[in-house]
Parts: sequence; structure tokens; C-alpha cells
Amino acid sequence: MKLGLDIGSTTIKCVVLDDKNKLIYNTYERHFSQITEKIGEILARVRETLPEAVNAKVSMSGSAGMGVAESCGIDFVQEVYATRVAANTFIPGTDVVIELGGEDAKILFLTNGLEVRMNGTCAGGTGAFIDQMATLLNVPLEELDDLAKKYEKTYTIASRCGVFAKTDIQPLLNQGARKSDIAESIFQAVVSQTVAGLAQGREITGKIVYLGGPLTFMSELRKCFDDTLNTQGICPENSLYYVACGAALCAEKTIDFDEVIEKVKNYHGSGNFAFNKPLFENQEDYNQFKTRHDKATVTQKELKGYTGKAYIGMDAGSTTVKAVVLNENGELLYSEYMPSKGNPVDLIKGFLNKVYEICPEIDIASSAVTGYGEEIIKNAFDVDFGIVETVAHFTAAKYFMPDVEFVIDIGGQDIKCFKIHNGAIDNIFLNEACSSGCGSFLQTFANALDYSIEDFAKMGLFAKHPVDLGSRCTVFMNSSVKQAQKDGATIEDISAGLSLSVVKNALYKVIRASSPDELGKKVVVQGGTFLNDAVLRAFEMEMGVNVVRPNIAGLMGAYGAALYSMSKVENRENPKSSIIDKQGLENFVHEIKVVNCGMCQNNCRLTVNSFGSGKKFIAGNRCERPITKKKSSGEDNNIYDYKLKLLQSYKPVKGKRGKIGIPMGLNMYELLPFWHSFFTSLGFEVICSPLSSRKLYQRGQQTIPSDTVCFPAKLMHGHVQTLIDQGVDTIFYPCLSYNFDEGLGDNHYNCPVVAYYPEVINNNMKDIQKIIFIKEYFGIHRKKDFPKKAFEKLSHYFPDVTQNQVKKAADSAYAEYDKYMEKIRQKGNEIISNAEKEGRHIMVLSGRPYHVDPEINHGIDKLISSFGVSIVSEDIISPRVEKFKTGVLNQWTYHSRLYAAAKYITERKDMDLIQLVSFGCGVDAITTDEVRDILEKKGKIYTQIKIDEITNLGAVKIRIRSLLAAIGRE
Amino acid sequence: MAELVYDETGRLLFTKEMKEEYTILIPMMMPTHFNIMKSVLIHNGYKMELLDTDGPEIAQTGLKYVHNDTCYPALLVIGQLIHALESGKYDIHKTALMITQTGGGCRASNYIHLLRKALHKAGLDFVPIISLNLSGLEKNPGFSLTLPMIRELAAGLVYGDVIMLAANQTRPYEITKGQTNALVEKWTQKISEEFANGYGYKTKEIEESLYEICKEFSQIKVKRVPKVKVGVVGEIYVKYARLGNNDLERFLSEQDCEVCLPGLMGFVMFKVDNRLEDIKLYGGNKLKYSVVNMLMNFLKKMEKMIIDCTKKYGFLPPSSYNHTKELVKGVIGYGSKMGEGWLLTAEMLELAETGFENIVCTQPFGCLPNHINGKGAVRKIKSINPKANIVTIDYDPGAPKVNQENRIKLMLAVAREELEKTISKNSKKKK
Repeated sequence: MKLGLDIGSTTIKCVVLDDKNKLIYNTYERHFSQITEKIGEILARVRETLPEAVNAKVSMSGSAGMGVAESCGIDFVQEVYATRVAANTFIPGTDVVIELGGEDAKILFLTNGLEVRMNGTCAGGTGAFIDQMATLLNVPLEELDDLAKKYEKTYTIASRCGVFAKTDIQPLLNQGARKSDIAESIFQAVVSQTVAGLAQGREITGKIVYLGGPLTFMSELRKCFDDTLNTQGICPENSLYYVACGAALCAEKTIDFDEVIEKVKNYHGSGNFAFNKPLFENQEDYNQFKTRHDKATVTQKELKGYTGKAYIGMDAGSTTVKAVVLNENGELLYSEYMPSKGNPVDLIKGFLNKVYEICPEIDIASSAVTGYGEEIIKNAFDVDFGIVETVAHFTAAKYFMPDVEFVIDIGGQDIKCFKIHNGAIDNIFLNEACSSGCGSFLQTFANALDYSIEDFAKMGLFAKHPVDLGSRCTVFMNSSVKQAQKDGATIEDISAGLSLSVVKNALYKVIRASSPDELGKKVVVQGGTFLNDAVLRAFEMEMGVNVVRPNIAGLMGAYGAALYSMSKVENRENPKSSIIDKQGLENFVHEIKVVNCGMCQNNCRLTVNSFGSGKKFIAGNRCERPITKKKSSGEDNNIYDYKLKLLQSYKPVKGKRGKIGIPMGLNMYELLPFWHSFFTSLGFEVICSPLSSRKLYQRGQQTIPSDTVCFPAKLMHGHVQTLIDQGVDTIFYPCLSYNFDEGLGDNHYNCPVVAYYPEVINNNMKDIQKIIFIKEYFGIHRKKDFPKKAFEKLSHYFPDVTQNQVKKAADSAYAEYDKYMEKIRQKGNEIISNAEKEGRHIMVLSGRPYHVDPEINHGIDKLISSFGVSIVSEDIISPRVEKFKTGVLNQWTYHSRLYAAAKYITERKDMDLIQLVSFGCGVDAITTDEVRDILEKKGKIYTQIKIDEITNLGAVKIRIRSLLAAIGRE
Repeated sequence: MAELVYDETGRLLFTKEMKEEYTILIPMMMPTHFNIMKSVLIHNGYKMELLDTDGPEIAQTGLKYVHNDTCYPALLVIGQLIHALESGKYDIHKTALMITQTGGGCRASNYIHLLRKALHKAGLDFVPIISLNLSGLEKNPGFSLTLPMIRELAAGLVYGDVIMLAANQTRPYEITKGQTNALVEKWTQKISEEFANGYGYKTKEIEESLYEICKEFSQIKVKRVPKVKVGVVGEIYVKYARLGNNDLERFLSEQDCEVCLPGLMGFVMFKVDNRLEDIKLYGGNKLKYSVVNMLMNFLKKMEKMIIDCTKKYGFLPPSSYNHTKELVKGVIGYGSKMGEGWLLTAEMLELAETGFENIVCTQPFGCLPNHINGKGAVRKIKSINPKANIVTIDYDPGAPKVNQENRIKLMLAVAREELEKTISKNSKKKK
């Protein structure tokens, strides 16, 4: 008889096998992180049910079992290894096992060279991820599967990490997308994460077995895998217990039950977790704190029977919808704070209904709305003003502290904060897609441990040793919590630790402050998360200042909107709001339709909301085209548009040497003119891969070996694959350590990824073997040596090419490159001088040449230009600056342009800079700080937009609008 | 007290007066090598201290002062230095910092600048920083690498590599626990003393000592039982520094493995060779080529000493640089030189070839060159050597140790299975 235990991140599984390896006992339970208690309990129960089990050989497996096993003297078996043993025993002939657990995703290739793949530290959990998504959709986990069965369309959701997906789903919900479609999209995201992240170029074929909780319980998820892999996988009986069975099969020694139960009980880990000071030393400490914060209070008055002018403010946030009614003195008549449940329109309708019900004769003077759902609410209910969140929060904060210097808002899904400089918003920080999870993270965690958020947060107030969980993304925190628990941290310590983490995340990851002086001493904190005293205290401790938290911290956006609407009324004598009246509300209808735009290559998925009487609101669009049916002014004031068109004008010219393919990505976005001319002159027909698209990306997705490399690099796999699919049998994609020296920096390197990505393509794409792939190293920076060296390399592939021909080709290549750069600079200068003439503001949208790719920039250039500004890029203005000293080693050509551009705009009132940063770009960890320094030294605002596979354009809009508001252009 | 002097670009210099008054802090990376290096600097008149601190506060300090997306080694090294300055243990007005600077297209060339930015943020602008490099970057009046010093450092490198290699091959099998470490300790001291007495850095003297070292290590009583052999490669800091890799070496030895860390010599030769490769690939000055080539030949001579002495006493010697370089031909081009470049891939191939098929490839989270030469090359390595059992591990302040160890354990489980297969095959053969 053999006994196996599987201690997972969220559950414990225990099995007993008889001597014929037949399962005779099994149990599956959530442990709510009370791991040791649960193990003791289960073992005791096993002994009760199966007295003979005391003679069983025992071993333990599972990611959370490692330390426990060692200290109790039970053998430990690595869980993937256990799975493999079980699969080989129970389903001989299995080729591939796909197992999703609470936090892990694994693929095991059992035949043709054993390989085991586990998700990397970044890929996040899958079971936990689905849990989180269900919470977000506000449906029980079981229902998610049923919902997905009814899907009609799928949306693309980032398949990388739970937090990314969350930022994708929230706007979809806010725009009114159907839950069933989202449910299916979530499953699809899990599949593509598993397949793309783990297969890494190895084909998943043959006999496939599905294991683990999510795949056992969700048939639709299995179906998604089947469809993607084009196969029919098996989900065997006892699929939940394979790890436990494997552990049992590996068991070699018997244990003394009593001793182990006793040892488990006494297991307290090493007690060696890092911890912080307690939040409060004692009750008195806490009471003082309470009294101090009770001072910032808005008076509550009665709405019923109110006869004066009323002002309505609404904040349709990502996870909650807030709404207030104020009287003329800014006092609160009525307020609501509602979980958004995905549809802000219904909630606001409900709110207005209530208001009209309580006070039928209400005289609404003005109204305003802010938040993610601003536009849809404004359109649906004819709200007077729509304002950007930052302005709303600033307006509210000023009410409590007229000379406020710094405002921080931690909401359910995001962190927003900004400094105030000369009475205007300056320096906005929003959390990047990777570090969100603030309030909602605490929430999810509380739920996972079976507490309500309020109770959970309170538990931390008097914790003796708040765990130090660092300031990282939520997925990491999950694992850190696991580790701390193993080391003996209590729930109280963890609760306090999580509160501290939220604060540290905000301070060090989002704001990147090193001391309170940097942020100012006058701080107003807001957002629902700060209503937790533990978070508030943690913030004060970390900052070392006392801050103001209004009693309406959770309503500040709405409150600010109402105040704003009050300050903006046009008819001062008898203001009258345009907001929907009582009768209108009774007849209000709301219908949602999902369509594809199809008016340009972005092909946005549009959500069309109709509100009866022919009123419509379109969401999900990146430009004005689906609304105005007109093309935006395009290349006349947008250099990105011009560059793209210019590059597309390099067409293939038939040549005697046949075709040569060039993948259009990374540095090719600038070097195409060079190589195109070079090879055309040599007599090749140069075939470029098509413009990037989702589909093209997916063509190469399975061959990406490193899931943390930047998206532009990942796209290269798709470009090369597409060329091969098109039948191009020679592809040219050179390695380039060095770029051209433009004389702006200390050196002129390419970043390691741009320089050497051809190596990755060569080593990881199977189909490369079918073609000639030229990835030689070229030195384009040495114009004199180039022809000779290029000849050496090319003659290896094309023996009949002569040195003279190469020399001629090189001359023409250098000339064409210069011509190209000259053209775009000329165009850029034209855009600038036109903007100067017409008094338009100029945005220097800076990044890398490949940010011109619409699949990479997600149409952000168009979005920005829709605000009526002109757009140039960093390379247009960098030649206007002489080489100067920077605070960092200035050694990459592309980045030297950035610094130069930043320096240039500090001299111009009519220019501001927005930096596009690809997620995972290591080099930009250095450049962003330097660009910020250059700008801020001269009083300019620095704005950064992080982009990835998918980007939340809602957050981008906030940034841009806030920037425009700050410089007085909105 | 020494006056603060700046150069024309505004960089704070380490002056001659400072040499007298200041203590120089340097972050630990490889214990044996760095201890020898420290003693070289000390007997050349510098007050030195090696920082071997650890604990979560170091990463926390780093996170506070450095961009959080910067590579982990920068966070740790800068965190460690500032943590030391803030500890109250040092007179901060009489302390200088030293870090190495290699140059090249990787982010790592920027560490010194990030350190300056961090010092500024921490209000410690008055602390001078010395760049330790051979490229003539950032000169200081109070610090110069003299020719004798360079020779001593080079000799130290060779000693360090040999001691590390011999110890790693002896320790797992020693019968009396602790003997190997005691010998490491003894030789580190002995070499330091010899340097101080002006002995031990001439070729002949090095050679003598190397043979002596190998001899003594080979005399430690061992019991050779089959053990899982694990090679460790990766970004140089997380590969070697226990602070960077959560004490990976110790974890592996607790798991009863024999660990092989390829030495520092290969990396140094790689960095020198890059200059030659650059000229070969893109053209350049012939004179420069022949000067660098001379240096390369000098290093090759040193390398030969390492190989010869270890071989003689029955240790598995490192492969020659030339051989390792040859292995990677057709896998990664010689132009891939940023970070550890093609050498990283080559080392994995070398390890697999010499019986260390089980490999931990370490890298800071999001390490740019490792996308290419580490993770990006694993597939190809396995197709060349199907026995290669490679696990790639990311290190960063948020990556919990438990997950890393779990992944390594998986690699080890497969390794043990293979080991058992080999053992039973061998015993069958014998029968």
C-alpha cells in the first residue's frame, strides 16, 4: 500500500494506492493556506478510514510541500516528475501531458526526448488566473464554463500574465462586451499562454492528456485546447490526483503516523521571513490615528425634500462606479459606491432612478462624469461634462487641502498619482500594465483565504511581524506569500505585509520615489483602498509624513466631478443641467452590438451601444474614422503615418538573381531603404514581409524561446514564418552589433536584442532549415570597409557576385539610406513649421524606428493626433542638437536620439515629449530615467506610455488628456 | 581631510590624498578570486574592504534607488554599496566605492552611471567611485593600475580559477568534511602573503604554486561515488555571486551534486578576443589587432598552465578557449559579444561534452543578451547534444527562492534518473 500527498498552492490532494496501484482512497481539499493543519487533519482521517494505511509507504509532492516534507521526514518528489511517473503508469503511450494547477502550467513531453516545461516566474498562475477573472466578471467559477459555451465572438486578451489580461478585460466590460464572449476569450488566453509560453517550438502532437483542476472542471477550456492543437485530448479519471498518485508510486519508506502528525503540527517553518515594523504598537496608537483622520470629513445632508440647486458627479471606474449628489455648498446629499459588475450604464441608470425617486422635484444644475466609462455614460445620459480622472481627483483634493502638493489614488484596479506644480497637474504616474493589482488584489487575496476584505485588512493592524513582500507584481506576491507562510508567517503578518506591499508598489514601482521630500509634504490620499486603515498607516509609515484621507476617499473622483461641474456652469443665474430627466430615464434603453471596424489595418473590434431614439456610442475605436467615416488628416501632421507609407513604397523590382526576403521588423523599419537598394542593385527581387498583424504574430508564436523578450522581437518570428510560407527561399536578416554613428553619443551600438535577434530566429525556427537564412554580421558603421567585408560574406552564398558589384550596391545603399532619412526629416520639419503657423501643439512621440509598426504602437499615434496636435518623432529633431553630456553612458544610436530630442524640446514652449516604451525593453529602464531627468530639469513634463502585445488605450488616453490639461491644451 | 576634486565633466575624482585616507568598498562576487584581488590592492597601498553582506534589505535598498526594471545585478550591487554606506559602519566622508566596468553594448556598462545617480538620490554625491577596468575609462589621480598590479591581478585570476576548480571537484567527495574549504582558505592566504612579499606573480612562480595547489587538493582523501554533475552558466554576476543566485552552489551541494562553474579566465579571454573578432568582422586597425593579439597569446599561456596543472593531478581540466570557441561554431556567430555573448552558449556545449549535461543557466529577469545566448540557444544545444538537461532560472527581487528551487529540483529529478540508468548499465557491463 502506498500513500501520496500533493500540497499545491491552493489545494491538498491525498491518495492511497493498493499493491496493484489501484486508487482506494482519495481526497481533494482547499487548504486556505492553513497547510500544516490540513495535512495533520487529512492524515488522521486517512488512518481512521483505512487503518492499514499506517503501514503504507509515503511520499509528498507539490510546490508548497517542499519545506514541510523535509522537516517531517517524508520523502519529497518534484511534482512534474511525479506527474510523469503517474502518466507512464496509468496511461502508457502518453506523448504529452498538459497540466494546469492553481498557479502553475506545465507541459511534459514524454516521448521522443523527455522534456518538461513549467511556466516561468513571469507567466503567472493559470488556475489562480481563472479564479481572478471569474471574480472580475462577478460570476462563480462553475458558471464561467457555462458562459463560455454560449460565446459568439472572442476578443484578444493578453496571454501573458493575469494582470495584463485584467487590464484588457476591464475596458471590454466597461464598454459593454458580453460576458460569455469574455469567458471564452479568457480560456483562449489561457490556451495561448500555455501553448506559446511553454511549447517553445516543440510541436504538441500524439496522445495528449489533460490534468489538474481547471482542465478537469472546465470542458470548454479543454475544447479550446483541442481546437488550438487540432487534436482530441484525454482527461482521465482521477485527473486531479496524478501528482499525488505519482508521489505514491515513488514512495519508498513508511512513516510513523503519530510522529508525523505531531511534527506537522509543530512545523512553524524557519521563522526566517523578512519583516517590517508593526503598523500599530497598541490600541492607543491606533485611536490617535483614528482621531486625526476623522477631521477630514464632508458633511452629510438630506436629499429628500432638498429644494436648492443640485450637482451630480459620477466616476465610472474600472471596478467600481461611484456617484454623488451635492448641494451648492459642496455638502453631500446622496452617494453610491457600487461594484461595477461590468456594466456602468445599468448602475448609473439605477443611481439616477434612486435620486429621482427620493427627490422627484430635484433641480439639477450641472453634472459631470469621469473614469473609464466616461464617454459611454456621457453619451447615454447626456451628462454636461466629461473630464479626465486626474482633473477630477485634483479638484476634489483641493477642497480638502487647497495647497495640496501631491495626490495619490489607489483604486481597485489602478494607481493614479500626480504632483501639483504652480496650481497645475504635473508629473502623472499611472501604474503600468505590469504592476496593477492594488485594491482588487487585496480583495482576491482575502477571498482566497476565506475572509472578507474588511476583516482581512483589519487583521493586519496589530500584526507583530508584517511580512516584507517587496514591491512587485501580484503574481510574484502570490508566491512570496506562499514562501512566507512556509517560513511561519501568520495570517495577520501577511495581511499587514500585503498592505505594505500595495504602498511600496505605489511608491517604488509607480512613482519611483526615494524620499517623501520628492513628493512634497502636503499629501491627499484617496481611492477605496485607502479606506483600509492598514494601507493608510502603511503609507504614512513608508512616507514618513501625516497625510489627509477624506472620509469620502472612495468617492473622490465623483466628488471632484461634481465640484468641477459646479465651477463650469455657464448660466450662473439659473444653471440647468442637460442630464436625462425623470421621464427620459423611464424610456431609456441600452443595446450592445459587437462589430469589426475594417476601415484600416488596425481592424478594431467595436462595441456599438445604442440608447434608443437613434443615439449611438461606439467604443473600442482607436481613431475617429468609424464615427466620422472620414480618414484622419494622416500624414500631413503625423510623421508615423508618413514613415509607414514611405517604407511601403519600397516595392520589389524583378531581378536576375531571384527573390530575397526581408522580415519587416525591428531595425528593418529604418534600414529597409539601405538593404532594399543594396540587393536591388545586386539584381535581387526584394520581398518584404507584410505589415504585422495579430495573425502574423500567431504564425510564429510557438517558436519564441523567451517569453520575456520585447514584443517587437517576438513579432520577428511571425515575419520570418510568413516569408517562408510565401515560398521565399532566401531570407536576409543580418546581425548588427553597431548602428550608424550619428555623432550624438559615446558609442553607436544596437541593443543586444536588435543586434542579435537573427541568432534566435536561426536557432529556434524549424522551417529555417528549409531555406537559406543569411544572418551574417555586417558593419554598416564602417562605410569604407563595408563593401569588402560584405563581399566576403555574400560570396559564400552567391559565388557569382563580384566585388565590383557589391561596391556599386553599397554605394547605392548608403545613398538611399541618406535620401530616406533626408526625406523623413524634411517632412518632419514641414509638419513642425505648419504647426507653428497654425498654432498647433507638437508632440514628439519618441521611441524606436520600429514603433512605427501599427501592430506595435496600437494606433497610439492616431489617438494622439485625434486631440488636434501634430506628431513628429525623435529622429526628426535630434540633428538639431549638438552632442552633449548625459548622466548615463550614451552608447546606443537610437537612444542617443532620444536624449537629443528631449534636450531640444526643453527649449520649445510648443513641444512636449511622449516616450513609447516596449514592455520588457531592458535598455529603456535606463533611458526613461535619463529622458525624465533632462525634461524635468527644465520644468517639462515627462510622459511615458508602456506598450506590449496588447495595450489598454484607456490608460493611454488618461495620460494624454492629463498632459494636455496640464499644458493647458484641453 | 581630502578635498573633493572634480574633473572637467563634473565627475568626482579619487585623489591621491584619498588613497591615504579613504577605505574603498567593493562588492563581492567570487570569494576566492576577490579575496586575492583585495590583497593585491591592499599591499599596493589601498585600504580595501570586500562587501559580503546579504539579507533582503540589500535588494530593498536597490529598489529604492535604482529603476526597478534595471537588471538585478545592478539593483543588488548598488543596493549593497548604499546599504553599507547607510549602515553607520563606515565614515562616509572617508569611503570610496569601486566597481568593475567592462564597456560594450549591454546595459551593464551603465552600472557605474546608475550608481552615481543612486548616490545622488541618496544624498551621497560626495562619495567617489572608482571604475576598475582595462579600457582606460574614467581615470583617477589616486588610483592607477600599474603593470605589476596588472600582473598580480592576472596571476590572482589564474590562482582563483584553479583553486575553485580543484575545490569543486574535491569537496563533494571528501571523507573528512571541511578539509577542502580549509585548503581553499589556506591557499588564499598564502598567495596573498606571497604577493605582499613580492613573490608569486612571475610565470615560473605561478606555475610552481599551481602544481603545489593541485597536488595538495589531490591529496585530500575522497570517496568517489557517482553523483549528479551540474554545470552552472549565466550572466556573470548571478552565476558567481551567492547574493545574486540565492546561494545556488550551496543548494546544489545540499542536493548532493558535483558542481562545475566555468572559470573566469574564459570570460576574460572572450572579452579580449571580441576586439579581434570586431576587426575580423568589420575591418580595422592592423596595429591594434597585433597588440590585442599579443595580450591574447599571453592569456593563452596562462590558460595552458591552468589546464596542465589540473590535468596532471587527475582533475577534469577546463577545455581550452579555442576548443570551446570551436564548439559554438554554427550555433551562434562570433560577433555576438554583448554580455556573455556566444561564450555562454559555448560553455553549455562544453559542459555537456565533458559530462556535466545537467545545466543551470542563470540570468537576471529580462536579461537582454541571454534572450539570445541563453534561453534562445537551449533548443539548438539540445539538438546537438540530446543528453543536455538544461533549466533556465530567472533571478530578480520578486522571484521567490522556492519557485527557483522547485524548478531546479525538477531538472535534478531527471538527472538522477539518467544517473541511475548509467549506473545500472555499467554494473550490467561489468557482470
